Amino acid sequence: MSDTGEILLKGIGGSPGICIGKAYLVDKEGVDVVKKYAVSKADLKEEKNRFKSAVNKAKEELHSIIEETPEDFREHANILETHVVLLKDKMLYGRTIEKIEKEGINAEWALKKVVTSIKARFRSMSDDYFRERAEDIVHVSDRIMRNLVGAEQESIKDIDRRVILIAEDLSPADTCQIQLEKVMGVVTAYGGMTSHTGIIARTLEIPAVFGVDNATSIIQNDELMIVDGTTGELIIHPTEVTLVKYVKRRVEHELHRAAIARGSHLPAQTADGFTIQIMGNIELPEEVVSVRNYCGDGIGLYRTEFQYLSHPDFPSENELFDKYKDVVEVMAPKPVTIRTLDINGDKTPVRHAGTAEQNPAMGLRGIRYCLKKPDVFMTQLRAILRAAAFGNVRVMFPMISSYDEICEAKKMLDQAAESLEKDGLSFNRNIEVGIMIEVPSAVIMADVMAEEADFFSIGTNDLIQYSLAIDRGNKHVAHLYQPFHPAVMRMLKRISDVGKEKGVKVFMCGEMAGDPIQVPILLGFEIEELSMNPLSIPSVKRMVRAIRFEDARSFTKDVLRQTTAEGVMNLLRDAYGDILSDKVLNA
Amino acid sequence: MKHLVEKFSKHVVIVNELGLHARSAARIAEIACGAQSDVWVIKDGEKVDAKSIIDMLTLACGKGTEIEIKIDKPSDIDILNRIADLIEDGFGE
Repeated sequence: MSDTGEILLKGIGGSPGICIGKAYLVDKEGVDVVKKYAVSKADLKEEKNRFKSAVNKAKEELHSIIEETPEDFREHANILETHVVLLKDKMLYGRTIEKIEKEGINAEWALKKVVTSIKARFRSMSDDYFRERAEDIVHVSDRIMRNLVGAEQESIKDIDRRVILIAEDLSPADTCQIQLEKVMGVVTAYGGMTSHTGIIARTLEIPAVFGVDNATSIIQNDELMIVDGTTGELIIHPTEVTLVKYVKRRVEHELHRAAIARGSHLPAQTADGFTIQIMGNIELPEEVVSVRNYCGDGIGLYRTEFQYLSHPDFPSENELFDKYKDVVEVMAPKPVTIRTLDINGDKTPVRHAGTAEQNPAMGLRGIRYCLKKPDVFMTQLRAILRAAAFGNVRVMFPMISSYDEICEAKKMLDQAAESLEKDGLSFNRNIEVGIMIEVPSAVIMADVMAEEADFFSIGTNDLIQYSLAIDRGNKHVAHLYQPFHPAVMRMLKRISDVGKEKGVKVFMCGEMAGDPIQVPILLGFEIEELSMNPLSIPSVKRMVRAIRFEDARSFTKDVLRQTTAEGVMNLLRDAYGDILSDKVLNA
Repeated sequence: MKHLVEKFSKHVVIVNELGLHARSAARIAEIACGAQSDVWVIKDGEKVDAKSIIDMLTLACGKGTEIEIKIDKPSDIDILNRIADLIEDGFGE
């Protein structure tokens, strides 16, 4: 890694756009960041002393814990005594001091490097017992680290300049802590297109690259870098020439965006006069602005988890009501579809997680969680019904897998209305109640579900994941996550048929709805509303206007005859390749 | 000369149930740190520093493993004997 040579890293483009800025590393263990900086030769002695006193302090701490340990816990004290010896171990203590001296770096960074290499040695060992020993070393080094960092500890919350975040992975809880206006771009080692971070990044138009394996070890804090979320490339310390090239590309990208947005105010009407509603998915009330800018026909999915995840405790009814009312008022008279709390899955809230689940995607989440926590659910339902007095609200229950869940949820909605009546608060119970279709059992039981639902909204991300048994966040199998899978096509057909037969409206709010390439299929299945990331609205509208409804209808008949995802894709390419190659659609 | 060097090493078998774990390694390191020169623990040709617990742990010596303790200077013979005794004694466990 020379000072002048630039480094190119490849990942997956998670959110399009280009940004140029300085790196800010977030640690894997959470949000604390180990500061990394060079120490001048003159200050090396002082730096080493700083490390030594951190070690001495750790030793004193351990000794006082040992003294306070009652005789009965002698075994525990023995472990701590081992830790005292470990503190001064050559491989840890000696090597760190050597590193500070030889590499001219600060103590935190040196310690981290040493511990990382020790951990690597232990990880390669076969014997579980000895591999576990690495934990003792981690405990000891954490103690030293705490003393070194002291009160200066940095947290993701306190970022005070515009940076490019570099992380192993960002949990939704981490993402909540970030002040988004401070983040220019995001780079992670894990995660794919449909991960939570990806969704947020795209919504907020923050360029992002995922799946860069060594991101956190190669990139250093404060390094200048370019993130190209369109191609999935990262360039660390770019040359002058590269910088100029990318500044130009950034301008082009922005112009491109503007070109797409130009026709966005026009209705989504096919060439033969069939109109479909194009809605926006939002998570933060602020995102309503981009839905309005792109002239969306309403909110097809208002995710409500954010207020819970960013809250140290459960939010109050009034807090929720305020947020919902904001969105409802801004969008009125257009509909706002509020999805009730869908925590867990990949959105485990830190504070009310209880015990970690082995398989959260199939665990206590969505409606299951809400029915198990009636207090939490009731608070939200009351807030939704109160907000409904200010505009056009629909309520939608997630993760419905059996009929009795809808019945129970609706019963609680009635109870919420009764209690509001009793409290003399204004509300509106006369709202549409729908369910998410995202579990295969709900597809199979759609005709029964239809008895209690005013609308179905197909959540394609989970439906595909559950139907094909593919974890969309796992990059080893992510390529098998195929929206064009014939099984997915047949499910769409079934839902559409049931909807028509039972008079239940059929919407879609998964990622699939926001992909222009899917438009002929979705139109053909007569999905009435497509709800998507607000940024996709212009290109989906453009696609709708470019095709004929009658063509799409007969096209889906051919689609249903296909036996492979590839077959469906080829069919699309043959029939719509010309339209899809329109440059403006490929944002 | 070669013959002489070999005298400064001892072969021992780990007899305690838990093998050479952090605590037992810590006790070896404690003694080894009193040596004037280097003290080595060797297993299957892999040589680590007896003054470092971490280094010794990377050998992953379970019960029944045969290891060699080796010193570089004759004056550390006492250290060698004490370590060998400690191991043979199963660390008093």
